[in-house]
Amino acid sequence: MMQPGLYHLLFISAALFFIGIYGFFTRRNLITMLMSIELILNSVNLNFIAFNKYLWPHKMDGLFFTVFIIAIAAAEAAVAIAIIINLYRSHNSIDVENAEELKY
Amino acid sequence: MNGSDIIFYLLAALTLVCAVLSVSTRQIFRAAIYLLFTLIGIAGIYFWLDYQFIAAVQIVVYVGGIVVLIIFSIFLTQQAGEKLPKQKIGRKIFSALAVFCGFGLTMLQVYQHDFIETENEAITTNVADIGRKMLSTNAEGYALPFEVVSMLLLAAMIGCIVIALKSKPETK
Repeated sequence: MMQPGLYHLLFISAALFFIGIYGFFTRRNLITMLMSIELILNSVNLNFIAFNKYLWPHKMDGLFFTVFIIAIAAAEAAVAIAIIINLYRSHNSIDVENAEELKY
Repeated sequence: MNGSDIIFYLLAALTLVCAVLSVSTRQIFRAAIYLLFTLIGIAGIYFWLDYQFIAAVQIVVYVGGIVVLIIFSIFLTQQAGEKLPKQKIGRKIFSALAVFCGFGLTMLQVYQHDFIETENEAITTNVADIGRKMLSTNAEGYALPFEVVSMLLLAAMIGCIVIALKSKPETK
């Protein structure tokens, strides 16, 4: 075991990102897909913070990117949930397999 | 290996284990709760890195806002006690394979790359510094993105209301 450093944080963030991708591939329910997107966004935030902490400690750019990504993620989640609830009203299901009118 | 390292490894294990459970459990409510613990673990990592403001924002916005929103929408759209349908085993295997390959490639690249740390002195990142920088209008300031994000949040709020509005049937 080593002293935790930049590589450890990058490992966690890459693992979180690919766990989110796995969820996005396997899930077919819109809410769980949204949860996977949240995981992916969090891994990106962790990456920004890790680089800011270990490579550019004399600046605050990574920190501000993280703050703005969190704000945009909140807006995105709110809009996505509004769309999901609207879809549930019209289709009585939030499975992506049932929402395929636009496909044809 | 001192106490700080042990705390880091515990937080990392909490985050990753809960993330895996969150994408693999078949009960959607449990998935939301595991997501909550993942986000708390990430907030703990931010605390461990001495970024208290980001950790507080993470807890307030993600744990207090987004997860609660997700749980409410689960209540609105799922029948109680119903499990998610089983996925095809082929799809699971292929996505796991793709994810492992991508993860391996990424980590290979990361470990081969030598990151050069700067010699510059670290600056403090307490809330006063962050606030001063966020609202300063000079070249290093973030006043313009701040205003743009506030407009975005307003637009998202109005958009949500319009989308989720129940369309009344035409009665007149």
